[in-house]
Amino acid sequence: MQTLRRTPLYDRHVALGARMVPFAGWEMPVQYEGVIPEHKAVRADAGVFDVSHMGELEVEGPTARDLLQATLSNDVDKLEPGVAQYTLVTNESGGIVDDVILYRLDGHRYLIVANASNAAAVLDWLKERELRGSDVRDVSDDYALLAVQGPRSLERLGLERAKPFTWAMGELHGVEVMVNRTGYTGEEGVELACMADEAGVLWDAILQRGVVPCGLGARDTLRLEVCYPLHGNDIGPDRDAIASGLGWACALDTEFTGVDRLRAVKAEGPEQRLVPFVMTEKAIPRQGMAVVGGGEVTSGTMSPMLEVGIGMAYVPSAAAKAGTELVIDVRGKERRGVIEKKPLYKKEH
Amino acid sequence: MAASESYPDELLYHSEHDWARIDGDEAVLGVTWFAQDALGELVHYEPPDVGSTVSKDASYGEVESVKAVSDLISPLSGEVLAVNQKVVDAPETVNEDPYGDGWLIRIRMSSPGERDQLLSVDEYRKVLENA
Repeated sequence: MQTLRRTPLYDRHVALGARMVPFAGWEMPVQYEGVIPEHKAVRADAGVFDVSHMGELEVEGPTARDLLQATLSNDVDKLEPGVAQYTLVTNESGGIVDDVILYRLDGHRYLIVANASNAAAVLDWLKERELRGSDVRDVSDDYALLAVQGPRSLERLGLERAKPFTWAMGELHGVEVMVNRTGYTGEEGVELACMADEAGVLWDAILQRGVVPCGLGARDTLRLEVCYPLHGNDIGPDRDAIASGLGWACALDTEFTGVDRLRAVKAEGPEQRLVPFVMTEKAIPRQGMAVVGGGEVTSGTMSPMLEVGIGMAYVPSAAAKAGTELVIDVRGKERRGVIEKKPLYKKEH
Repeated sequence: MAASESYPDELLYHSEHDWARIDGDEAVLGVTWFAQDALGELVHYEPPDVGSTVSKDASYGEVESVKAVSDLISPLSGEVLAVNQKVVDAPETVNEDPYGDGWLIRIRMSSPGERDQLLSVDEYRKVLENA
Protein backbone atom coordinates (compact mmCIF):
# COMPACT_ATOMS: atom_id res chain seq x y z
CA MET A 1 0.00 0.00 0.00
CA GLN A 2 1.44 3.25 -1.16
CA THR A 3 0.45 6.57 0.29
CA LEU A 4 -0.38 9.03 -2.43
CA ARG A 5 0.66 12.64 -2.04
CA ARG A 6 -1.86 15.43 -2.41
CA THR A 7 -1.42 18.94 -3.73
CA PRO A 8 -2.65 21.93 -1.68
CA LEU A 9 -5.71 21.98 -3.96
CA TYR A 10 -6.84 18.40 -3.32
CA ASP A 11 -10.00 19.38 -1.38
CA ARG A 12 -10.99 21.85 -4.09
CA HIS A 13 -10.67 19.17 -6.80
CA VAL A 14 -12.87 16.80 -4.83
CA ALA A 15 -15.43 19.54 -4.18
CA LEU A 16 -15.58 20.24 -7.92
CA GLY A 17 -16.43 16.59 -8.54
CA ALA A 18 -13.10 15.67 -10.12
CA ARG A 19 -12.27 12.05 -10.77
CA MET A 20 -9.06 11.54 -8.78
CA VAL A 21 -6.47 9.01 -9.96
CA PRO A 22 -3.00 7.98 -8.86
CA PHE A 23 -0.32 9.60 -11.03
CA ALA A 24 3.42 9.49 -10.36
CA GLY A 25 2.80 8.97 -6.64
CA TRP A 26 0.21 11.74 -6.43
CA GLU A 27 -3.55 11.72 -6.23
CA MET A 28 -4.48 13.98 -9.13
CA PRO A 29 -7.63 15.08 -11.00
CA VAL A 30 -7.84 13.30 -14.36
CA GLN A 31 -11.04 15.12 -15.30
CA TYR A 32 -13.85 17.28 -13.92
CA GLU A 33 -16.60 17.63 -16.55
CA GLY A 34 -14.88 15.39 -19.07
CA VAL A 35 -11.66 15.24 -21.08
CA ILE A 36 -13.22 16.44 -24.32
CA PRO A 37 -15.04 19.56 -23.03
CA GLU A 38 -11.97 20.51 -20.98
CA HIS A 39 -9.72 20.06 -24.00
CA LYS A 40 -12.01 22.24 -26.13
CA ALA A 41 -12.19 24.91 -23.42
CA VAL A 42 -8.40 25.29 -23.61
CA ARG A 43 -8.44 25.46 -27.42
CA ALA A 44 -11.30 27.98 -27.49
CA ASP A 45 -10.97 30.02 -24.30
CA ALA A 46 -8.95 29.21 -21.15
CA GLY A 47 -8.38 26.33 -18.78
CA VAL A 48 -6.44 25.90 -15.54
CA PHE A 49 -4.47 22.83 -14.52
CA ASP A 50 -3.11 22.06 -11.07
CA VAL A 51 0.41 20.90 -11.84
CA SER A 52 1.71 21.27 -8.29
CA HIS A 53 2.85 17.66 -8.45
CA MET A 54 5.74 18.73 -10.64
CA GLY A 55 9.13 18.98 -8.95
CA GLU A 56 10.97 22.23 -8.31
CA LEU A 57 14.70 22.27 -7.63
CA GLU A 58 16.79 25.30 -6.87
CA VAL A 59 20.41 25.33 -7.91
CA GLU A 60 22.41 28.13 -6.35
CA GLY A 61 25.99 29.26 -5.98
CA PRO A 62 28.96 30.63 -7.88
CA THR A 63 29.40 27.31 -9.72
CA ALA A 64 25.69 26.67 -10.34
CA ARG A 65 26.17 27.61 -13.99
CA ASP A 66 29.03 25.10 -14.33
CA LEU A 67 27.03 22.30 -12.78
CA LEU A 68 24.06 22.96 -15.06
CA GLN A 69 26.17 23.36 -18.18
CA ALA A 70 27.78 19.98 -17.46
CA THR A 71 24.52 18.14 -16.80
CA LEU A 72 21.95 19.78 -19.09
CA SER A 73 21.82 19.52 -22.87
CA ASN A 74 21.00 23.11 -23.76
CA ASP A 75 23.37 26.07 -23.49
CA VAL A 76 22.97 27.58 -20.02
CA ASP A 77 24.96 30.65 -21.09
CA LYS A 78 22.07 31.70 -23.33
CA LEU A 79 19.97 32.26 -20.20
CA GLU A 80 19.72 35.81 -18.91
CA PRO A 81 17.92 36.42 -15.63
CA GLY A 82 14.19 36.49 -16.48
CA VAL A 83 14.55 33.91 -19.21
CA ALA A 84 13.65 30.20 -19.30
CA GLN A 85 14.82 27.32 -21.43
CA TYR A 86 13.62 23.83 -22.36
CA THR A 87 16.50 21.46 -21.70
CA LEU A 88 17.28 17.80 -21.01
CA VAL A 89 19.03 15.97 -18.21
CA THR A 90 20.98 13.47 -20.30
CA ASN A 91 22.75 10.24 -19.37
CA GLU A 92 26.05 8.86 -20.73
CA SER A 93 24.35 7.28 -23.75
CA GLY A 94 22.56 10.49 -24.67
CA GLY A 95 19.28 9.18 -23.24
CA ILE A 96 16.92 11.43 -21.33
CA VAL A 97 16.75 11.24 -17.53
CA ASP A 98 14.14 14.00 -17.67
CA ASP A 99 13.07 16.93 -19.79
CA VAL A 100 12.83 20.07 -17.71
CA ILE A 101 12.41 23.82 -17.86
CA LEU A 102 15.28 25.81 -16.46
CA TYR A 103 14.65 29.36 -15.20
CA ARG A 104 17.41 31.76 -14.33
CA LEU A 105 16.23 33.53 -11.18
CA ASP A 106 19.20 35.83 -10.78
CA GLY A 107 22.96 35.86 -11.30
CA HIS A 108 23.79 32.60 -9.54
CA ARG A 109 20.38 31.09 -8.87
CA TYR A 110 18.38 28.79 -11.13
CA LEU A 111 15.07 26.95 -10.84
CA ILE A 112 14.43 23.58 -12.50
CA VAL A 113 10.87 22.38 -13.00
CA ALA A 114 10.96 18.61 -13.45
CA ASN A 115 8.35 15.97 -14.18
CA ALA A 116 6.68 14.61 -11.02
CA SER A 117 7.73 11.05 -11.80
CA ASN A 118 11.36 12.09 -12.23
CA ALA A 119 11.78 14.81 -9.63
CA ALA A 120 13.55 12.52 -7.17
CA ALA A 121 15.80 11.08 -9.89
CA VAL A 122 16.79 14.54 -11.11
CA LEU A 123 17.53 15.67 -7.56
CA ASP A 124 19.76 12.62 -6.98
CA TRP A 125 21.40 13.03 -10.38
CA LEU A 126 22.36 16.66 -9.69
CA LYS A 127 23.27 16.04 -6.04
CA GLU A 128 25.75 13.34 -7.10
CA ARG A 129 27.38 15.80 -9.47
CA GLU A 130 27.31 18.85 -7.18
CA LEU A 131 30.39 21.01 -7.37
CA ARG A 132 32.11 22.98 -4.65
CA GLY A 133 30.15 26.22 -4.67
CA SER A 134 26.87 24.85 -5.98
CA ASP A 135 23.93 23.77 -3.87
CA VAL A 136 20.96 21.77 -5.15
CA ARG A 137 17.78 21.88 -3.07
CA ASP A 138 14.37 20.30 -3.49
CA VAL A 139 11.85 23.12 -2.97
CA SER A 140 8.86 21.21 -4.38
CA ASP A 141 6.86 21.37 -1.17
CA ASP A 142 7.21 25.14 -0.96
CA TYR A 143 5.44 25.87 -4.22
CA ALA A 144 2.19 25.23 -6.02
CA LEU A 145 2.12 25.45 -9.79
CA LEU A 146 -0.97 26.32 -11.85
CA ALA A 147 -0.96 26.29 -15.64
CA VAL A 148 -3.47 28.68 -17.21
CA GLN A 149 -3.68 27.99 -20.92
CA GLY A 150 -5.79 29.04 -23.87
CA PRO A 151 -6.29 31.93 -26.31
CA ARG A 152 -8.20 33.99 -23.70
CA SER A 153 -6.05 33.07 -20.70
CA LEU A 154 -4.10 36.34 -20.54
CA GLU A 155 -7.21 38.46 -20.98
CA ARG A 156 -9.01 36.53 -18.23
CA LEU A 157 -6.05 36.93 -15.86
CA GLY A 158 -5.54 40.58 -16.80
CA LEU A 159 -2.00 39.94 -17.99
CA GLU A 160 -0.15 41.58 -20.85
CA ARG A 161 1.47 39.52 -23.58
CA ALA A 162 5.13 38.69 -23.14
CA LYS A 163 7.75 36.68 -24.97
CA PRO A 164 7.48 32.89 -24.63
CA PHE A 165 10.06 31.38 -22.27
CA THR A 166 10.41 34.45 -20.11
CA TRP A 167 9.25 35.01 -16.55
CA ALA A 168 8.57 37.89 -14.19
CA MET A 169 7.19 38.33 -10.68
CA GLY A 170 3.62 39.56 -10.50
CA GLU A 171 0.58 39.67 -8.30
CA LEU A 172 -2.86 38.16 -8.79
CA HIS A 173 -5.66 38.70 -6.31
CA GLY A 174 -3.08 39.67 -3.67
CA VAL A 175 -1.01 36.54 -4.23
CA GLU A 176 2.61 36.96 -5.24
CA VAL A 177 3.22 34.79 -8.30
CA MET A 178 6.07 33.91 -10.59
CA VAL A 179 4.50 34.32 -14.03
CA ASN A 180 6.14 31.93 -16.47
CA ARG A 181 5.40 32.22 -20.18
CA THR A 182 5.48 28.48 -20.69
CA GLY A 183 3.00 25.66 -21.15
CA TYR A 184 2.23 22.20 -22.45
CA THR A 185 -0.81 22.76 -24.65
CA GLY A 186 0.36 24.68 -27.72
CA GLU A 187 -1.82 27.61 -26.68
CA GLU A 188 -0.89 31.01 -25.35
CA GLY A 189 -0.77 30.98 -21.58
CA VAL A 190 1.22 31.06 -18.38
CA GLU A 191 2.36 28.78 -15.63
CA LEU A 192 1.98 30.47 -12.26
CA ALA A 193 4.11 29.47 -9.30
CA CYS A 194 3.06 30.63 -5.85
CA MET A 195 3.68 29.67 -2.24
CA ALA A 196 1.87 26.41 -1.46
CA ASP A 197 -0.29 27.95 1.29
CA GLU A 198 -1.61 30.61 -1.10
CA ALA A 199 -2.55 28.17 -3.86
CA GLY A 200 -6.21 27.97 -2.82
CA VAL A 201 -6.71 31.73 -3.02
CA LEU A 202 -5.03 31.84 -6.43
CA TRP A 203 -7.04 28.86 -7.75
CA ASP A 204 -10.34 30.38 -6.57
CA ALA A 205 -9.47 33.73 -8.16
CA ILE A 206 -8.64 32.06 -11.47
CA LEU A 207 -11.91 30.09 -11.52
CA GLN A 208 -13.84 33.27 -10.66
CA ARG A 209 -12.46 34.78 -13.84
CA GLY A 210 -14.23 32.11 -15.88
CA VAL A 211 -11.27 29.82 -16.45
CA VAL A 212 -12.33 26.16 -16.73
CA PRO A 213 -10.71 23.61 -14.38
CA CYS A 214 -8.98 20.92 -16.45
CA GLY A 215 -7.50 17.57 -15.48
CA LEU A 216 -4.52 15.51 -16.51
CA GLY A 217 -6.61 13.78 -19.19
CA ALA A 218 -7.00 16.96 -21.22
CA ARG A 219 -3.41 17.92 -20.49
CA ASP A 220 -2.33 14.71 -22.23
CA THR A 221 -4.57 15.08 -25.28
CA LEU A 222 -3.63 18.76 -25.67
CA ARG A 223 0.10 18.10 -25.61
CA LEU A 224 -0.21 15.17 -28.00
CA GLU A 225 -2.11 17.22 -30.60
CA VAL A 226 0.86 19.59 -30.73
CA CYS A 227 3.42 16.74 -30.45
CA TYR A 228 5.09 17.71 -27.18
CA PRO A 229 6.78 14.54 -25.95
CA LEU A 230 5.85 13.01 -22.59
CA HIS A 231 8.71 11.55 -20.58
CA GLY A 232 8.01 7.92 -19.79
CA ASN A 233 5.99 7.56 -23.01
CA ASP A 234 7.78 9.19 -25.91
CA ILE A 235 11.16 9.92 -24.41
CA GLY A 236 13.23 8.25 -21.73
CA PRO A 237 16.67 7.06 -20.63
CA ASP A 238 16.84 4.37 -23.35
CA ARG A 239 16.22 6.63 -26.36
CA ASP A 240 18.79 9.24 -27.32
CA ALA A 241 17.77 12.86 -27.63
CA ILE A 242 18.40 12.98 -31.40
CA ALA A 243 16.15 9.98 -32.16
CA SER A 244 13.62 11.63 -29.82
CA GLY A 245 13.51 14.68 -32.06
CA LEU A 246 15.00 16.91 -29.37
CA GLY A 247 18.28 17.73 -31.08
CA TRP A 248 17.14 21.35 -31.08
CA ALA A 249 17.43 21.34 -27.27
CA CYS A 250 20.99 19.95 -27.39
CA ALA A 251 23.81 22.46 -27.71
CA LEU A 252 26.34 20.01 -29.16
CA ASP A 253 29.06 22.68 -29.04
CA THR A 254 28.92 22.59 -25.22
CA GLU A 255 30.23 19.80 -22.96
CA PHE A 256 27.56 17.83 -21.06
CA THR A 257 26.90 14.23 -20.10
CA GLY A 258 26.45 12.08 -23.19
CA VAL A 259 27.41 14.80 -25.67
CA ASP A 260 29.97 12.59 -27.45
CA ARG A 261 27.35 9.96 -28.11
CA LEU A 262 24.88 12.58 -29.31
CA ARG A 263 27.47 14.09 -31.68
CA ALA A 264 28.02 10.60 -33.13
CA VAL A 265 24.29 9.94 -33.51
CA LYS A 266 23.87 13.32 -35.14
CA ALA A 267 26.68 12.54 -37.62
CA GLU A 268 25.51 9.00 -38.43
CA GLY A 269 21.78 9.63 -38.14
CA PRO A 270 19.65 7.74 -35.60
CA GLU A 271 18.33 4.26 -36.43
CA GLN A 272 14.81 5.24 -35.49
CA ARG A 273 13.01 8.54 -35.15
CA LEU A 274 10.03 9.71 -33.16
CA VAL A 275 7.32 10.80 -35.59
CA PRO A 276 3.77 12.09 -35.22
CA PHE A 277 1.04 10.36 -37.22
CA VAL A 278 -2.70 10.39 -37.80
CA MET A 279 -4.86 7.36 -38.49
CA THR A 280 -6.46 7.20 -41.94
CA GLU A 281 -8.57 4.22 -40.83
CA LYS A 282 -10.96 4.23 -37.87
CA ALA A 283 -8.87 3.20 -34.85
CA ILE A 284 -7.21 4.71 -31.82
CA PRO A 285 -3.48 4.02 -31.46
CA ARG A 286 -2.23 3.37 -27.92
CA GLN A 287 1.12 3.29 -26.17
CA GLY A 288 2.93 -0.03 -26.75
CA MET A 289 1.24 -1.01 -30.01
CA ALA A 290 3.62 -2.31 -32.69
CA VAL A 291 4.21 -0.52 -35.97
CA VAL A 292 4.17 -3.23 -38.64
CA GLY A 293 7.61 -3.51 -40.20
CA GLY A 294 9.40 -2.21 -37.10
CA GLY A 295 8.65 0.43 -34.55
CA GLU A 296 6.41 1.17 -31.63
CA VAL A 297 3.65 3.59 -30.70
CA THR A 298 4.67 5.63 -27.64
CA SER A 299 1.53 7.78 -27.25
CA GLY A 300 -1.89 7.63 -28.80
CA THR A 301 -5.38 8.98 -28.34
CA MET A 302 -8.44 10.21 -30.15
CA SER A 303 -7.80 13.85 -31.05
CA PRO A 304 -10.71 15.92 -29.73
CA MET A 305 -10.06 18.63 -32.34
CA LEU A 306 -9.25 16.47 -35.39
CA GLU A 307 -11.67 13.69 -34.36
CA VAL A 308 -9.33 10.96 -35.58
CA GLY A 309 -6.81 8.71 -33.87
CA ILE A 310 -3.41 10.39 -33.48
CA GLY A 311 -0.14 9.37 -31.93
CA MET A 312 3.61 9.34 -31.89
CA ALA A 313 5.79 6.36 -32.71
CA TYR A 314 9.40 5.38 -33.22
CA VAL A 315 9.87 4.13 -36.77
CA PRO A 316 12.99 3.26 -38.82
CA SER A 317 14.62 6.49 -40.02
CA ALA A 318 14.26 5.38 -43.65
CA ALA A 319 10.48 5.33 -43.19
CA ALA A 320 10.15 8.45 -41.07
CA LYS A 321 9.35 11.12 -43.68
CA ALA A 322 6.07 13.01 -43.50
CA GLY A 323 3.63 11.47 -45.95
CA THR A 324 4.86 7.91 -45.38
CA GLU A 325 2.11 5.41 -44.62
CA LEU A 326 2.41 3.30 -41.50
CA VAL A 327 0.41 0.33 -40.27
CA ILE A 328 -0.39 -0.11 -36.59
CA ASP A 329 -1.22 -3.45 -34.99
CA VAL A 330 -4.37 -2.49 -33.06
CA ARG A 331 -4.91 -5.56 -30.84
CA GLY A 332 -4.45 -7.92 -33.78
CA LYS A 333 -6.07 -5.75 -36.47
CA GLU A 334 -3.93 -3.84 -38.97
CA ARG A 335 -5.00 -0.22 -39.24
CA ARG A 336 -3.41 2.40 -41.49
CA GLY A 337 -2.14 5.83 -40.66
CA VAL A 338 0.19 8.40 -42.19
CA ILE A 339 3.19 10.22 -40.78
CA GLU A 340 2.65 13.96 -40.55
CA LYS A 341 4.68 17.04 -39.72
CA LYS A 342 4.53 18.57 -36.25
CA PRO A 343 2.22 19.86 -34.90
CA LEU A 344 -0.75 17.64 -35.76
CA TYR A 345 -3.18 20.35 -34.66
CA LYS A 346 -2.77 23.89 -35.95
CA LYS A 347 -5.02 26.82 -35.23
CA GLU A 348 -7.09 27.99 -38.17
CA HIS A 349 -6.40 31.63 -38.92
CA MET B 1 -25.57 15.31 -22.97
CA ALA B 2 -24.79 12.33 -20.76
CA ALA B 3 -27.80 10.42 -19.49
CA SER B 4 -28.60 10.40 -15.78
CA GLU B 5 -28.09 7.21 -13.79
CA SER B 6 -30.70 4.51 -14.35
CA TYR B 7 -31.07 0.72 -14.55
CA PRO B 8 -34.30 -0.34 -16.23
CA ASP B 9 -36.30 -3.06 -14.46
CA GLU B 10 -37.05 -5.07 -17.60
CA LEU B 11 -33.40 -5.80 -18.51
CA LEU B 12 -31.13 -8.63 -17.44
CA TYR B 13 -27.63 -7.73 -16.33
CA HIS B 14 -24.11 -9.16 -16.33
CA SER B 15 -21.69 -8.28 -13.55
CA GLU B 16 -19.24 -6.84 -16.13
CA HIS B 17 -21.75 -3.97 -16.58
CA ASP B 18 -23.52 -5.24 -19.66
CA TRP B 19 -27.27 -5.59 -20.20
CA ALA B 20 -29.50 -7.82 -22.36
CA ARG B 21 -33.05 -7.16 -23.58
CA ILE B 22 -34.51 -10.53 -24.55
CA ASP B 23 -37.25 -10.78 -27.18
CA GLY B 24 -38.17 -14.35 -28.20
CA ASP B 25 -34.98 -16.10 -29.30
CA GLU B 26 -33.23 -12.80 -29.95
CA ALA B 27 -31.48 -10.42 -27.57
CA VAL B 28 -30.20 -6.86 -27.83
CA LEU B 29 -27.00 -6.16 -25.86
CA GLY B 30 -25.42 -3.00 -24.52
CA VAL B 31 -23.46 -1.54 -21.62
CA THR B 32 -24.93 -0.07 -18.45
CA TRP B 33 -25.01 3.50 -17.29
CA PHE B 34 -22.27 2.63 -14.79
CA ALA B 35 -19.97 1.35 -17.57
CA GLN B 36 -20.31 4.41 -19.77
CA ASP B 37 -19.86 6.73 -16.78
CA ALA B 38 -16.69 4.93 -15.70
CA LEU B 39 -15.25 5.18 -19.23
CA GLY B 40 -16.26 8.76 -19.95
CA GLU B 41 -17.28 10.00 -23.38
CA LEU B 42 -16.91 7.17 -25.88
CA VAL B 43 -14.98 7.97 -29.05
CA HIS B 44 -14.67 4.56 -30.72
CA TYR B 45 -16.75 1.37 -31.05
CA GLU B 46 -15.11 -1.71 -32.50
CA PRO B 47 -18.05 -4.04 -33.22
CA PRO B 48 -18.02 -7.74 -34.15
CA ASP B 49 -18.87 -8.81 -37.70
CA VAL B 50 -22.48 -9.61 -38.50
CA GLY B 51 -22.72 -13.40 -38.76
CA SER B 52 -19.94 -14.05 -36.24
CA THR B 53 -20.69 -15.81 -32.98
CA VAL B 54 -20.37 -14.41 -29.49
CA SER B 55 -19.96 -16.43 -26.30
CA LYS B 56 -21.29 -15.72 -22.85
CA ASP B 57 -18.65 -14.08 -20.62
CA ALA B 58 -16.28 -13.53 -23.58
CA SER B 59 -15.35 -10.29 -25.34
CA TYR B 60 -17.28 -9.50 -28.51
CA GLY B 61 -15.87 -6.05 -29.21
CA GLU B 62 -14.40 -2.94 -27.67
CA VAL B 63 -15.40 0.57 -26.78
CA GLU B 64 -12.85 3.31 -26.20
CA SER B 65 -12.85 6.67 -24.49
CA VAL B 66 -10.05 9.18 -24.95
CA LYS B 67 -8.13 7.54 -22.11
CA ALA B 68 -9.19 3.90 -22.01
CA VAL B 69 -10.14 0.78 -23.93
CA SER B 70 -12.77 -1.57 -22.55
CA ASP B 71 -13.74 -5.05 -23.71
CA LEU B 72 -17.42 -5.66 -24.27
CA ILE B 73 -18.42 -8.81 -22.41
CA SER B 74 -21.33 -10.75 -23.82
CA PRO B 75 -23.98 -11.74 -21.28
CA LEU B 76 -25.31 -14.43 -23.68
CA SER B 77 -24.09 -16.72 -26.48
CA GLY B 78 -25.34 -16.51 -30.04
CA GLU B 79 -24.94 -15.30 -33.60
CA VAL B 80 -24.60 -11.59 -34.38
CA LEU B 81 -27.62 -10.49 -36.42
CA ALA B 82 -26.99 -6.75 -36.41
CA VAL B 83 -24.51 -4.11 -35.26
CA ASN B 84 -25.68 -0.63 -34.29
CA GLN B 85 -24.14 1.51 -37.03
CA LYS B 86 -25.30 4.67 -35.26
CA VAL B 87 -22.87 3.89 -32.42
CA VAL B 88 -20.07 3.08 -34.89
CA ASP B 89 -20.60 6.53 -36.44
CA ALA B 90 -21.30 8.38 -33.17
CA PRO B 91 -20.00 6.41 -30.16
CA GLU B 92 -21.17 9.12 -27.74
CA THR B 93 -24.70 7.83 -28.41
CA VAL B 94 -23.92 5.24 -25.71
CA ASN B 95 -23.33 8.02 -23.18
CA GLU B 96 -26.52 9.79 -24.19
CA ASP B 97 -28.83 6.78 -24.23
CA PRO B 98 -27.15 3.58 -23.02
CA TYR B 99 -30.36 1.47 -23.02
CA GLY B 100 -31.99 2.88 -26.15
CA ASP B 101 -30.20 4.36 -29.17
CA GLY B 102 -26.91 3.26 -27.64
CA TRP B 103 -27.53 -0.49 -28.01
CA LEU B 104 -24.51 -2.35 -29.42
CA ILE B 105 -25.50 -5.64 -31.07
CA ARG B 106 -28.51 -7.87 -31.66
CA ILE B 107 -28.00 -11.62 -31.48
CA ARG B 108 -29.92 -14.85 -31.99
CA MET B 109 -29.38 -16.81 -28.80
CA SER B 110 -27.80 -20.25 -29.16
CA SER B 111 -28.32 -21.22 -25.48
CA PRO B 112 -31.44 -19.40 -24.28
CA GLY B 113 -31.12 -21.12 -20.89
CA GLU B 114 -28.13 -18.88 -20.15
CA ARG B 115 -30.57 -16.13 -19.25
CA ASP B 116 -31.13 -17.85 -15.92
CA GLN B 117 -27.55 -17.04 -14.95
CA LEU B 118 -27.99 -13.29 -15.52
CA LEU B 119 -28.77 -10.77 -12.81
CA SER B 120 -32.03 -8.98 -12.13
CA VAL B 121 -31.87 -5.23 -11.67
CA ASP B 122 -31.83 -5.64 -7.87
CA GLU B 123 -28.99 -8.15 -8.04
CA TYR B 124 -27.05 -5.86 -10.36
CA ARG B 125 -27.54 -2.91 -8.04
CA LYS B 126 -25.92 -5.01 -5.30
CA VAL B 127 -22.91 -5.55 -7.60
CA LEU B 128 -22.68 -1.76 -7.99
CA GLU B 129 -22.88 -1.18 -4.25
CA ASN B 130 -19.82 -3.37 -3.83
CA ALA B 131 -17.96 -1.94 -6.84
